[in-house]
Amino acid sequence: MTGRIVNISKKWGFHGVKALQDASPGYKAVMGFFVLLTLAGAAVGLHALFVGYHHVYGVTKQISWGLLISAYIFCVVTSTGLCIVSSIGHVFGGEAFMPIAKRAVFMSIVFMFGGFCIIFFDIENPFRMAIWNVISPNFVSNMWWMGTLYGAYLVFMMIEYYFLLDQNHTLSRLMGFFGLVIGVAAHSNLGAVFGMLHGRPFWYGPYLPIYFIFSAAMSGGCAILFFTTLGWKINPEIMNQRMERAVKAVTQITIFLISVIIFFTSWKIITGMVSEGKQLVLMSLLTGDYAINFWVFEIFLGMFLPLYLLIRSRGNNFNLILWSTGLMMIGIFFMRYDIVIPGQIESVYHSLGVVEESHLLNYTPTFHEIMASLSGIGFIGFAYFAGEKMLNGHQLEKHEIVPDGGYICPGCGAIHFMEEGETEEEAMKRHHRIW
Amino acid sequence: MKFPKINFDTLKNEGTGSITARERRKFLKLGLGIAGVYAGGKILSLTSLIGTAHASGGGAELIKKYPYNPHYSMVIRQSLCIDCEKCVDACNETNHVPEYGYRTRILTKKYSGTLDKQVEFIPVLCNHCNNAPCVRACPTKATYKDPVTGIVRMESKKCIGCKTCMLACPYDARYFSAERRAVDKCDFCWDKRLSKGEKQTGCSAACPTGARTFGNLTDPENIVYKLVHQLEEKVWVIRPADDTKPNIFYMKGNMRSVDNILNEQKFKYFDPDKA
Repeated sequence: MTGRIVNISKKWGFHGVKALQDASPGYKAVMGFFVLLTLAGAAVGLHALFVGYHHVYGVTKQISWGLLISAYIFCVVTSTGLCIVSSIGHVFGGEAFMPIAKRAVFMSIVFMFGGFCIIFFDIENPFRMAIWNVISPNFVSNMWWMGTLYGAYLVFMMIEYYFLLDQNHTLSRLMGFFGLVIGVAAHSNLGAVFGMLHGRPFWYGPYLPIYFIFSAAMSGGCAILFFTTLGWKINPEIMNQRMERAVKAVTQITIFLISVIIFFTSWKIITGMVSEGKQLVLMSLLTGDYAINFWVFEIFLGMFLPLYLLIRSRGNNFNLILWSTGLMMIGIFFMRYDIVIPGQIESVYHSLGVVEESHLLNYTPTFHEIMASLSGIGFIGFAYFAGEKMLNGHQLEKHEIVPDGGYICPGCGAIHFMEEGETEEEAMKRHHRIW
Repeated sequence: MKFPKINFDTLKNEGTGSITARERRKFLKLGLGIAGVYAGGKILSLTSLIGTAHASGGGAELIKKYPYNPHYSMVIRQSLCIDCEKCVDACNETNHVPEYGYRTRILTKKYSGTLDKQVEFIPVLCNHCNNAPCVRACPTKATYKDPVTGIVRMESKKCIGCKTCMLACPYDARYFSAERRAVDKCDFCWDKRLSKGEKQTGCSAACPTGARTFGNLTDPENIVYKLVHQLEEKVWVIRPADDTKPNIFYMKGNMRSVDNILNEQKFKYFDPDKA
């Protein structure tokens, strides 16, 4: 039996540091920018850690969660979302979603690390956390469950990614399933961290844990589209028929999920308007200090513009998808900010009618907070661009001998066989039964 | 099978005379119980009692109901507070509270159109809730309910500084202390005074008017017990809807009730240590 030999040195599609060296100067500049951003952010964050956060951060006694928590939530929401949307393919067997799995799981891990970088600069005693979370756990604390489950989630996602690279689909599917279950549990617990604070009516209730899951799925769809189309800009070769179909499928599900979030947001406002505790905060979102955040970023950039553009793109205009999802990522960031900060602007003593707390509280992020947040974002950016090159656009190359009459499917990486007189494309159509 | 023939239209009214007094009482009790006003429920449903509320008397029965012994509590008589801030100064000095934080403070409420006074001062501090949201929220049990006294205390070395407790607290009673590298809060001066045998907290000892009264809610002879268990005085807590079962009770504290309880003592020079 004769066959063509595929280069085994490129096992797992790994092109190594050499791929980075071969990158164009512009590409290197972009990566360098993100590395600098990470280092600068980390330096400023460490400075804040040493001089004491209360000297340099804008958070106060009453607004004690600020930009860093918003950025952390943005990262972990996106991470969970990438896991949820990609699991439709490689866990539940939705054929159309399969080609996006590798990039999605990779980015999910990267976003999780980015989130952890950011939370490191918000927790006052991050080193104590490692000890006391283990030896003095409080099982009724959502914060404890959130931290613990996210740790487990990260481990499962990394094992899953290993098996995805190793082409062990049975184990990657199993690990993906556990990762999904734990990720959903962790993420709804994050919602419950807010939703179970009775003193904060804007957050309190089952709404946030549920909203967080759907919102995560929407962010995940958006992130997959953004990073896939950006990958296509970097290396057009990553697109093939299966990938195009996958982008189309993810576009469809993202349009659906944006509609779900519009529905959620509408009812949050309508029901909140008749609640004494929420009405004041909602008015500040609708007409007050947070109106620009809400209308321009959250509603326009985060929901309606991408909804319109994604429908216009029909799932095959990649430039349009790239722009709309890129703007949507910014909108989604403000969506997180609009949950965290407005939830705290009404003092707990406001309803008592006292002079001291008659006004809503103010919060403005400081330079240190912005830079510490950017350290995580910089890391994510760098890891993405490095990953695109080193992992060869997340394409698989089978490290085995391809028999005669067979070829490596550019979409799924498996070996397909052509029948008599059939072209590769026809064989692929028959093999995947998707057209 | 035969049924007795009863025609309801022609049936004679038996009158209320045939119902026994006992049955009537049962019926009334049921109605009042459902309405929630049964035997003083309107006052004591706000207090930390778990289970049934009692109107008055039955001291021995009440003691069993409080979950801690001594069950430390503070009663704040709002009308007596003059906003001199001696309590805040005493607290800051006793507990080395930094400038950017506070363990207690006094809020001001203004009224217009009232004839007797236009301003009222409301001292606030940690409510040492029986159902404390901060204790539930803490991931590492760094804050906990003391099993003996019911004081919500901090074990600073376990605090990771996530600040969830600060947001969980519906009384805004916590701040992050950079000096302690942990969240700090009122502990009824346990570390600085009570554990050293003193009977009063810094703030209550410093209060010149008796607006802050500190004591043991399980002791029927204690001033706090006497203030809370009055049918004629309205006693309330802040943010009752959060159902945290707080241990800081508020009342107006008018002259009559104060005189009654303190056996003719002048409230302005009231010494809480006197029997």
